Amino acid sequence: MNIPEELRYSSEHEWVRTEADTATVGITDYAQDQLGDIVYVDLPATGASVTQLEKMGEIESVKAVSDLFSPVSGEVVEVNQEAVGSPELVNEEPYGRGWLVKVRLSDAGEIDKLLSAQAYDELITREMEENTD
Amino acid sequence: MTAAALRTLPLAAEHRKLGARFAPFAGWEMPVQYAGIVEEHNAVRQRAGVFDVSHMGRLFVAGNDAGRALRRSLTYKVDQLSESEAHYALLCADDGGIIDDVFVYRLDGVRFLVINNAANVEAGVARIASFVEPGADVELLDRQSTTTMLALQGPDAQAHLSSIIGPDPEALGRQRCVELEFQGYKLFVGRTGYTGEDGFELITSAEAGAHLLQQLVADGVAPCGLGARDTLRLEAALPLHGSDIDATTNPWEAGLGFAVTLDDAAVGGRAEFAGRAALVASKEAGLSRKLACLRATGRGIMRHGCDVLHAGQVVGRVTSGGFSPTLNVSIAMAYLPVEVAKEGTAVEVDVRGKPLPAAVVRRPFYRRSKKDAS
Repeated sequence: MNIPEELRYSSEHEWVRTEADTATVGITDYAQDQLGDIVYVDLPATGASVTQLEKMGEIESVKAVSDLFSPVSGEVVEVNQEAVGSPELVNEEPYGRGWLVKVRLSDAGEIDKLLSAQAYDELITREMEENTD
Repeated sequence: MTAAALRTLPLAAEHRKLGARFAPFAGWEMPVQYAGIVEEHNAVRQRAGVFDVSHMGRLFVAGNDAGRALRRSLTYKVDQLSESEAHYALLCADDGGIIDDVFVYRLDGVRFLVINNAANVEAGVARIASFVEPGADVELLDRQSTTTMLALQGPDAQAHLSSIIGPDPEALGRQRCVELEFQGYKLFVGRTGYTGEDGFELITSAEAGAHLLQQLVADGVAPCGLGARDTLRLEAALPLHGSDIDATTNPWEAGLGFAVTLDDAAVGGRAEFAGRAALVASKEAGLSRKLACLRATGRGIMRHGCDVLHAGQVVGRVTSGGFSPTLNVSIAMAYLPVEVAKEGTAVEVDVRGKPLPAAVVRRPFYRRSKKDAS
C-alpha cells in the first residue's frame, strides 16, 4: 500500500495535505483498494462547513456504499469536479488527481490529532490482519 | 455465522494464488474478486472469464423412474427432455411459491443432473426425495462434495475450452451437455451459464478442476469472482433466488412462465407436479405486479431494499440493484404494479433518503449480439 510520508491520515482512511490554512483531502490507497471500483462520489458543496470526523459525503463502489468523513473542520473552498465526473480517478490516483475537496481550516491544531504515515501504516496492518483471521 | 463454520472450496488455494479476495456467501468462503469487479465483468463481456461455482448443488438423479420423480417435483416437463438436452425449471411449494430455481440436464435415458442454489441444496434434495414413490427405481446422488464446478463464460469461452480439452465443445449446442474425459477424470460439459454470454459449466474432480482452472488462466481467461457474477447476471436480468424470487413470489410475476409446463400433450394433457393447482389459480387470477427492470436516469446506485415510488407513493422495493459496467449507470429489478411496470414509466428510487430518478426499461438490460449466439 502506498502511504506517502508527507501526508497526515485519519482513522477513517482519509488523507490530508496542508498548505498554509488550506487542507486538501482525499481517501487513501488502502481505502480505494478496499472499496474496489468506485462509481460515484457524493461531496459537500463549495461553501459548506465540515467538522472533523463527521460525515461529509458518500463514496459508492460497485460493491457497497461508504460514508466519507471529514478529517478536518472548516469551510469547503473547492470540490474536485474531475473526480465527481470520473470517479475511477479515486482508484487510479488517490493521492493525485483523485483528491476530493479542499477545506479552509478553522482550527489548524486539529492536524496534530491526525495520524502520521507510520501510525496509519500500523493501523491498516492491524486491520488487514483482523480481516484474514 | 462465524468464519470457522464456513465451507471452503476445494480449489481455495488456487484462488488465493490468483489473488482472490474472499467473503462469506451462502455458508461458503467464496472468491468475490481478483483483478476487480469491473475488469472481470468486462473480460466476460468481451473475451472470457472463469468462475468457481462449486458452492452450487450437483444432484444426480438416476434410475428408470428418475424422469417421473423429477417431473413430479419440478414445474418444467424435464421428463420430456431428449438425451443431452437441458432446461431451466422451478421447485415450487404446494402454494406455488418458489423454493428454488434449478437447471436440469438429461445425461441419457435414465440419468439427470440437477444444479441448484448453494443456500437451497439441502431443502431441494429433501423436496425432490419426497417425490420419489415407494418402490420406485430412483437413486439420488449428491455429488457436491466430491466434485468441483467451474463456469467458463464469454464470447471466447468455446475457443479457450477447445484449446485445452479438444474440439468437442464446438459442436455442443446451447443448453446441451456432454460427458468427456479430461486427464483420466470424467468431465461434464454443459453449454449454459448465468452471465448472458455463451459459455460452459464444467464439472469434474477437484484435481482435474485445478488443472483445468490453471490451464484456462494460462490461456488468457480472467479468473472472476461472485462480484462480477452478480453484475453480469443483473445486466442479463437473470433472477437470483433469495433476492428476486423466493417462497413469496410466483413464476408468472417473475417472468418465468417459460419454466412452467402446466399441460403436457406428451402425457395426454394435464401435467402433475408440486404446486400445479396453485400456479393454475395464480395464472387465472392474473398479474397484480411484475418484476420490472429499472434504469437510473440520475447519479446514484439503486440497491437491494430501496423503495420504489410512483406519483409519490411507495409501489415496490428493489430486489436486486447495482452498477452496470456495460451501461455505466445503475440498474435494478423490482416488483411493481402492472400499470407502473410499463416500459418508459418514470419512477423514483429512495436511495438512503435521496430520490433517484429511474425509468422502467425492457428486459433484459443486456443481450449479447446474435453473431455470438450459437
